[in-house]
Amino acid sequence: MASTSPTKAGGGRLAALTAWIDDRFPMTRMWKEQVAEYYAPKNMNFWYFFGSLALLVLVIQIVTGIFLTMNYKPSAAEAFGSVEYIMRDVEWGWLIRYMHSTGASAFFVVVYLHMFRALLYGSYQKPRELLWIFGMLIYFLLMGEAFFGYLLPWGNMSYWGAQVIVSLFGAVPVAGDFLMEWIRGDYYISDITLNRFFAMHVVALPLALVFLVIAHLIALHEVGSNNPDGVEIKKVKGPDGIPLDGIAFHPYYTVKDLVGVGVFLIFFCLIVFYAPTLGGLFLEAPNFEPANALQTPPHIAPVWYFTPFYAILRAVPSKSMGALLMGAAVLLFVFLPWLDRSKVKSIRYRGPLFKFFLFSFAISFVVLGWLGLQPATPLYTNMARFFAVVYFAFFLLMPWYTSIDKTKPVPTRVTYHAH
Amino acid sequence: MRTKLLVLAAALAPVAAFAAGSEVHLDAAGVDVTNKASLQRGAANFVNYCLGCHSAQYVRYNRMAADLGLTEQQLIDNLMFTTDSPHQTMRIAINADDAKRWFGVVPPDLSLIARSRGPDYVYTFLRSFYADPAKASGWNNTVLPGTAMPHVLWELQGIQEAVWAGEPNAAGDVVHEFKEFSIATPGTLTADEYDAFVRDTVNFLAYIGEPAQLKRQALGAPVIAFLIFFTLLAYALKKEYWKDVK
Repeated sequence: MASTSPTKAGGGRLAALTAWIDDRFPMTRMWKEQVAEYYAPKNMNFWYFFGSLALLVLVIQIVTGIFLTMNYKPSAAEAFGSVEYIMRDVEWGWLIRYMHSTGASAFFVVVYLHMFRALLYGSYQKPRELLWIFGMLIYFLLMGEAFFGYLLPWGNMSYWGAQVIVSLFGAVPVAGDFLMEWIRGDYYISDITLNRFFAMHVVALPLALVFLVIAHLIALHEVGSNNPDGVEIKKVKGPDGIPLDGIAFHPYYTVKDLVGVGVFLIFFCLIVFYAPTLGGLFLEAPNFEPANALQTPPHIAPVWYFTPFYAILRAVPSKSMGALLMGAAVLLFVFLPWLDRSKVKSIRYRGPLFKFFLFSFAISFVVLGWLGLQPATPLYTNMARFFAVVYFAFFLLMPWYTSIDKTKPVPTRVTYHAH
Repeated sequence: MRTKLLVLAAALAPVAAFAAGSEVHLDAAGVDVTNKASLQRGAANFVNYCLGCHSAQYVRYNRMAADLGLTEQQLIDNLMFTTDSPHQTMRIAINADDAKRWFGVVPPDLSLIARSRGPDYVYTFLRSFYADPAKASGWNNTVLPGTAMPHVLWELQGIQEAVWAGEPNAAGDVVHEFKEFSIATPGTLTADEYDAFVRDTVNFLAYIGEPAQLKRQALGAPVIAFLIFFTLLAYALKKEYWKDVK
């Protein structure tokens, strides 16, 4: 058996140090349990790159965030200027800032693909319900992190975007006004709001995010990874107690994920170096004007990763109903493990009904995202209504179509062709 | 509460607020920030014609000189009127309150105008002034109707008049549409020379909008090349390890 633990490498001194640490802290045991002897299904495909990529983006955001914080000034008078100072006068400041702004969008790209993977292969189903819920909490925190972070450059879109999103809390019956004041800490978006958003963005949420990511990984390693066949590999073990279809995460998936990291970084750097605003999609043009409480940008739209939900909000004539449906569109994901009545996990063995609804859902998500970026013409509003219905149908009809769907028999072992 | 609702309404119905600005046809500025000669001419135009009223408060003189291939002496001799220390930024002497009294608005800082509005907007704006006796300044602009800015480049371009299609109706309402400009009094530059003058100036504004863009694009190629090499290496490593997996 090949030695996969770095702690075994090296001479006597290193081994002695390892032993010294292991007597006091379970370093070697943790390495083995979580990495070197964590057995993952050997058939994990393209869709399984995005978990490790999300972790990579988290690290990029934290590291670039630390350097941005060294030069950023969280005050209404100085914030906009300090960002320009970073972009112009701080050594490599432009690169750090573009990595952070591109990283924000990249985070949502990989997380959306990561979530879609879970829908494709039923990764939220028993016994991974809690793993899924931790993941959803991470997603909610990420939305909060994006919302708080977007105010910090103190551009005009920052200002009005925050104004609109905070106003949504005004839709809450009775407590609405109080809630808005409580979030802003003022009667309008002000220096005080900027300061507290900064605190949330750089301390509170990242702490919670890191804690939840650890919980997500612990839960994953407890139940084991799902795979494109939706087969529990732990059911078929060899005489050594290792799943027959499992391979050690390290080195097999560490080297495989390294390829994913390379490809991801190529796309990431193409944007950072050649199109950091991505035509106004990642950095919006009105945000290069300082916040102005007296003048709205010509067209207020959130950044692309919120637009599917924004389109749903706009499609509903009643403000409070729209806010409610928008919240529901986000929250419904949490209940997937209980909405799905199918005995089959993977799309490979699901019936035509599930395939139809999942495909329609994916299309509606993309179209709603596009519509949310457009001005609300009557045609677009009606389109948004139609696709909102399709969006909700995926969730609300799921107990029905997953229980009557004609599924195919699931094999006992995963399908894998050696290459 | 009412104002908050109004804010939300404004946000939820952007179509109402969308009208201004988006209907005007913008001409392509054709900027090229790698053209140093054009940037240098643009810098001279900017400090001579714009920097009297408009600051570029995030632009540092010596950084700009270095990017444009100028020595510090050339910078001091030709481009610095508002300060004598090259490490200062492009600030102006006008007091904001005075400016507000004189023009009605404080002339906006131009550091980021090419990023927030786009080079085409500025290029078309600077070529679309026309004489309008109804305005206090005597000038109006088809890109930004009712602008407080007078046509500071009129001696170069000459005086344009707007030609409108359609007639005012019986009630005297102005239901006419802009058709074209005609030069009433020629300026010191021909139309082509004036366009080139504006293009250089806008090119300079595009550069100061993001001075890092020169460095950014130059650095991109080696970074991407390294990443492709890294990915190929990682792929070979993956292939080698995965041989065992049957």
